[in-house]
Amino acid sequence: MSKKIMLAHGGGGRLSAELIDKHIVPRFANPILEAMGDSAKIQIEDKVAFFTTDSYVVKPLFFNGGDIGKLAVYGTVNDLLVAGANPIAISLSLIIEEGLEMDVLDKILDSVAIAAKDAGVKIVCGDTKTVDAGSADEIFINTAGVGEKMAGAELSFDRICPGDKIIVSGSLGDHGMTIMSHREGMKFESDLKSDCASVASVCKAAVETCGADVKFMRDPTRGGAATTLNEISVSASVDIEIEEAVLPIKDSVQAAADMLGFDVLEIANEGKVVIVVSADKAAKCLEACRATQAGAESAIIGTICEKNDEPIVELITRIGGRRVVQMPYGRELPRIC
Amino acid sequence: MLERINRAYGWIDKACKTLGRPVNIMEVCGTHTVNIFRSGLRSAMPDGIKLLSGPGCPVCVTDRGYIDTVLELAGRDDCIIATYGDMIRVPGSKGSLEELADKGNVKVVLSAEDALGLAKNNPEKIVVFVAVGFETTTPATGIVVGEAEKEGVDNFCVFSNHKMVIPAMRALLSSMNHKIDAFLCPGHVSVIIGTDAYACIVEEFGRTCVVAGFEPMQIIEGIAAICEMLACSSPGLGSIYGAAVKPAGNVVAMGVIEKYFDLVDGNWRGLGEIPASTLKLKEKYSQFDAEKRFAIDSVPDEDLTGCRCGEVLCGLIDPPECQLFDNGCNPDKPIGPCMVSSEGACAAWYKYGRKRKRRTQ
Repeated sequence: MSKKIMLAHGGGGRLSAELIDKHIVPRFANPILEAMGDSAKIQIEDKVAFFTTDSYVVKPLFFNGGDIGKLAVYGTVNDLLVAGANPIAISLSLIIEEGLEMDVLDKILDSVAIAAKDAGVKIVCGDTKTVDAGSADEIFINTAGVGEKMAGAELSFDRICPGDKIIVSGSLGDHGMTIMSHREGMKFESDLKSDCASVASVCKAAVETCGADVKFMRDPTRGGAATTLNEISVSASVDIEIEEAVLPIKDSVQAAADMLGFDVLEIANEGKVVIVVSADKAAKCLEACRATQAGAESAIIGTICEKNDEPIVELITRIGGRRVVQMPYGRELPRIC
Repeated sequence: MLERINRAYGWIDKACKTLGRPVNIMEVCGTHTVNIFRSGLRSAMPDGIKLLSGPGCPVCVTDRGYIDTVLELAGRDDCIIATYGDMIRVPGSKGSLEELADKGNVKVVLSAEDALGLAKNNPEKIVVFVAVGFETTTPATGIVVGEAEKEGVDNFCVFSNHKMVIPAMRALLSSMNHKIDAFLCPGHVSVIIGTDAYACIVEEFGRTCVVAGFEPMQIIEGIAAICEMLACSSPGLGSIYGAAVKPAGNVVAMGVIEKYFDLVDGNWRGLGEIPASTLKLKEKYSQFDAEKRFAIDSVPDEDLTGCRCGEVLCGLIDPPECQLFDNGCNPDKPIGPCMVSSEGACAAWYKYGRKRKRRTQ
């Protein structure tokens, strides 16, 4: 059977990585792309510009805590912020399925406007396409963003070293479990709410307080914290140890994940950031993150360790056991019973 | 919690000393298997305890012939396949449902009810519900067949491969080379079948059975309860999941199973044919039976060369002992079913047990 694209190829896990590494990056090989950052760093004369893009195909369009419009702004803005850039402007491209209610479109666009204002970015260009009914699912949105370097930010995988601490800026899994609870067929009542928000205050607080002691930041979106931690482990060639007892996870998120057999570490977030900071400044950085509204529940969840053989992320469990935190496959399947 | 753990470890130590050899405990259920790994319990267990993963993952015990038949049905233009998520990556001889899903006629559902909903929403297609699972999911399938009959949804049918846990446990113990001292029995299934259902295992085979929930502490205390009985040299039946599990189980749910299903001999991957172990729709509901509707004949069973899932399911070997483990067979490209399901023993070993394996090599 010839190989075909499967849903898991877009899930942010191992299959996504394989698709990008084998089929996409080699064709366009250049040092900027190969850095594989959340944003590309481009030198324009004597200034560094940051550039990123992302597409949004979330179903349902509206969910508790957000909608596709809000997500399309914060998702791209956050990719700039975690790369150590202050967002300046974003584009907005809409692919709309024939038959979408105009009211729905207006509601989404209003949400885009509110989020852009909140994030301090202007929508400066855009595009609109419509496709036949059935050729898209209501609406798909693409945004691209540009930003300029945040003063004091010196972020890269190769600055990470053993001893550094890992901070997460709040509860894990809120967005992914909310989306799943909304999807067709999952009929449980809950108070789950997406964390969809800008991570600007947290990123800026960390960098302003600790400067170059902040080594790396990434927003754990698709594939959750498990993907981000594995990316750090592989790219920085280090082991990582995290502690289950200190992971910030809401009871409702844990309960929903347990019911479906999911690991919260593999569930998407849309308003959180994972920060790697030197051990010396970890407490100070945590304090600065906690002083922000978005980062009030920040926690130090683990430590960067010397690599044994191949890079690995390990979880120390509540009962004192240890287990690997693997890069997820890309499409988490609810269990049978 | 520490006090409870220490007390539990006390019994575990005593049992190991009494027996003078390692204690082999089989967790029957896939959810136990995963939670044991996820909580790091294996690495925290004393050396004398050997945890064996049993045949309690519905995906893992589904034979390849059944999967091939589902794939054939998925190839038809007039069918929609409604399946639980775990099933879509199970390889048949010509691929998996996930690879065939590009036709858009493979739908992941979370309940039998959702499969019936698909049928109502797609009257021009025949919706085939891939009905697998143990006593936990069977009643729901029965209820939905009842609803389909009542509402006259004639484009809905069920391809039943529901199985029962007790016959599998009996089959394992009837095999000469098993090494099981006791069973940690599944919380969910026991809610339906009740603790009394295990009495035959204790009485006929002299093996201890303890029902436990899925929290790490429950699992530890379940293991401790088993050890307590072993240390006292008396096989027994116990439950530390008393809040949810009654001796007689859920009589209503068991009644639903009886109403809609006949117990027949069935193929289990790795275990072969087990008498009176598989549930098929009663003749009365044959209009909703996919096997009748599509004249599906005998379902051929064929195990794969080199794949030792069968021995894994019987607790005879640990997954890394299979030559294919992490050597051609991994969760991205599974060969055997124990690597596919998130609750399969091989997938759990691969996903959570990796570091330990490398350290010992």
